[in-house]
Amino acid sequence: MPVLTEEQTMLRDMAREWADKESPVTALRRMRDAAPAEFYDAAAWRAQAEMGWAGILIPEAQGGAGMGYLSLGLVLEQLGRNLAATPLAATAAATSALILGGSEAQQAEWLPRIAAGDVVAALAADEGPRFAPEKIATTVEAGRLSGTKAFVAEGDSAQLFVVAAIDGLYLVSGDEGVTRSPRKLTDSRSHAQLRFDGAPAERLAGGTDLLTEVTDRAAAALCAEMLGMAEAAFAQTNDYLKTRVQFGQVLASFQALQHRMAKMFTELELMRSVVEGALEAIDSGRGDVRQEVSLAKAVAGETLHLVSREMIQLHGGIGMTDEHDAGFYLKRARVIEAMWGNAAWHRERFARLNGY
Amino acid sequence: MATAQIDALTDPIEAFRLHVREWLAAHFPPSLKGKDNAMSAVEGPHENSPEEDSWQAAMGAKGWGVPTWPKEYGGGGLSRSEARVLHEEMARIGAWNPIGGMGVMMFGPTLLEYGSEAQKEEHIPAIAKGIVRWCQGYSEPGAGSDLASLQMFAEDHGDHYLVNGQKTWTSGGQWADKCFMLVRTDKTKKHEGITFLLCDMDTPGVEVKPIRLISGSSPFCETFFTDVKVSKANRVGEEGQGWTIGKRLLQHERSSLSGGGSAAGRLFAAGAPLAQIARKYIGVDEQGRIADMDLRGRIVRHEMDLRAFLLTLRRASLEAKSTQGPSAATSIMKNVGARIMQERSELLIEIRGLAGLGWEGEGFEADALKDVRSWLFGKAVSIYGGSSEIQNNVIAKRILGMLDHQ
Repeated sequence: MPVLTEEQTMLRDMAREWADKESPVTALRRMRDAAPAEFYDAAAWRAQAEMGWAGILIPEAQGGAGMGYLSLGLVLEQLGRNLAATPLAATAAATSALILGGSEAQQAEWLPRIAAGDVVAALAADEGPRFAPEKIATTVEAGRLSGTKAFVAEGDSAQLFVVAAIDGLYLVSGDEGVTRSPRKLTDSRSHAQLRFDGAPAERLAGGTDLLTEVTDRAAAALCAEMLGMAEAAFAQTNDYLKTRVQFGQVLASFQALQHRMAKMFTELELMRSVVEGALEAIDSGRGDVRQEVSLAKAVAGETLHLVSREMIQLHGGIGMTDEHDAGFYLKRARVIEAMWGNAAWHRERFARLNGY
Repeated sequence: MATAQIDALTDPIEAFRLHVREWLAAHFPPSLKGKDNAMSAVEGPHENSPEEDSWQAAMGAKGWGVPTWPKEYGGGGLSRSEARVLHEEMARIGAWNPIGGMGVMMFGPTLLEYGSEAQKEEHIPAIAKGIVRWCQGYSEPGAGSDLASLQMFAEDHGDHYLVNGQKTWTSGGQWADKCFMLVRTDKTKKHEGITFLLCDMDTPGVEVKPIRLISGSSPFCETFFTDVKVSKANRVGEEGQGWTIGKRLLQHERSSLSGGGSAAGRLFAAGAPLAQIARKYIGVDEQGRIADMDLRGRIVRHEMDLRAFLLTLRRASLEAKSTQGPSAATSIMKNVGARIMQERSELLIEIRGLAGLGWEGEGFEADALKDVRSWLFGKAVSIYGGSSEIQNNVIAKRILGMLDHQ
């Protein structure tokens, strides 16, 4: 943990307490079974907005807390621990585009409503199943945007989209020229294909660099969620090994398992460092954000992958049942690993940035 | 007035910084800049140049080689924040600490905690000045990872013990003046039968035989004890307290090995980046990428592992400085440091091909010859100071609370 301000410590503790009390994994299970049209927990989102989380990135003048990405990460980490189905990360990604590229008028129109939790926003960039920002084909003519976006997180219900086109980012709001089709993935969360047919669009300032800055921020925020997921999956597995008895011994007493757990713990410590490192790099406006984000997403992706697999294996048969939480971690893990660039994509970018 | 001087008027730490700067300017010979001789613990002592002698004498007299040790025993008597300033100011001008070795890293801190007044007065000042070398008599042929099964026996002869047995992996035994060691004083108890003794290496009956390693160097010895008389005045703590004291010393060893993390960081920073060596030996494709895609992928993974490790070192030190107490991250440092150091060595060899496996003589780059020896010696890093397997036991039991097999 970097040295937190008092405000950040309070934020983290509050988020931890809220997530444990109000949003355990059973809440995701309930949402999955109820399958609301928005595919998130609307009541919980309302509560999160009331606590100010929707406005963590938004300047105070526009109704937010003006706290930055490390603070956002502290909250997402706690929510990730319990797999909270919240549009917070997607909304924050779109918010970062407004803050970096929005005009005064655009910011004044949207940021206060986002901070209040009245608007869920989403970032629509990819047009295929794999992260490929260089393959964007969406076009804008005379203020009308056309193209198809695949697997947009919170695409089922977002009222505001930040959409990547060939020449930069655009705001699209309202339903004119927008067709949404749900794409149900393993994580039970909202992902939708969006078809834009001449949807009215407003340009954000900045070219394709803005897309990189925004997807880097989106990736860093997800890394924090991944950190919470990996730590919770690990802790649950550790607890289970201490209670399950076979051959007259608790499983935790077997050295073969102890060393696997020690190895995972080691990777988790490294993961925490790189995730916090990326969030801090963004907050301090450093020049190496791309590198730090790629480091974080690659390490986070591999570590969560490892921990989510081991969670099932070390739980044995019980981990295979829908009744147990292990499957929920596994099914969210693969989705979040792929979003905004999987480990291989980020390793490749890291390699190029470092002359390999 | 310069800003630093203005700060110094109001902030005692900044005043101290000015004092450090002036003192270093007067005493650190600029010709020694960056010529750290930290590796002499492994490679054996070398003839000091007159500059090195005077630098060591100056630091020894000032006590700044052991900055936080008490002044009354020849230490610097500095607070942690003052020591940090000293460290920063030395790093700023490429100065290095000429006082080192096992006395500083492990034995001194342990003796300060458990030694009698007479023992501290006798031994600590000599360590602080860097004029006495200590070696460690812990492992035995039958007691490696299971150290507490050691057998070397110290028989009670009234005012002294008569010691018989063998130690092994005595680091720097052939160069040491004195040895701190664990011996058995009671054969009926395992841990409680161990006692901590100090012994001069020139005592009759002590015989040292260097062990030649796969790297060709001999930094460790077998040490044989035949009817060696050790005065009871050289017992640290009580009889049977040796395991407690010895474990405390191992904690100092591990923390210095993981602080070896920062030494590792320096080492990595000092060498040419792997990318540069790989481009030279392997070449690049039309897109400017290292031409061997498989090897390139593994080099990049290693580089990321290294960056993650360096960020973790930084995080652990920030956490330790803030009020959050020692960081859990500290427990992983030795294993990760070892894996990174070893992986880097293996990659260097693979990158250079057979030119990376030169043993000696003509036809090889000096760096390649050095790297091949480091590759071989580096295999020890995951074995000594608690092997990686022992570290994993410690993580599982102490941090994760996993239980012993019943």
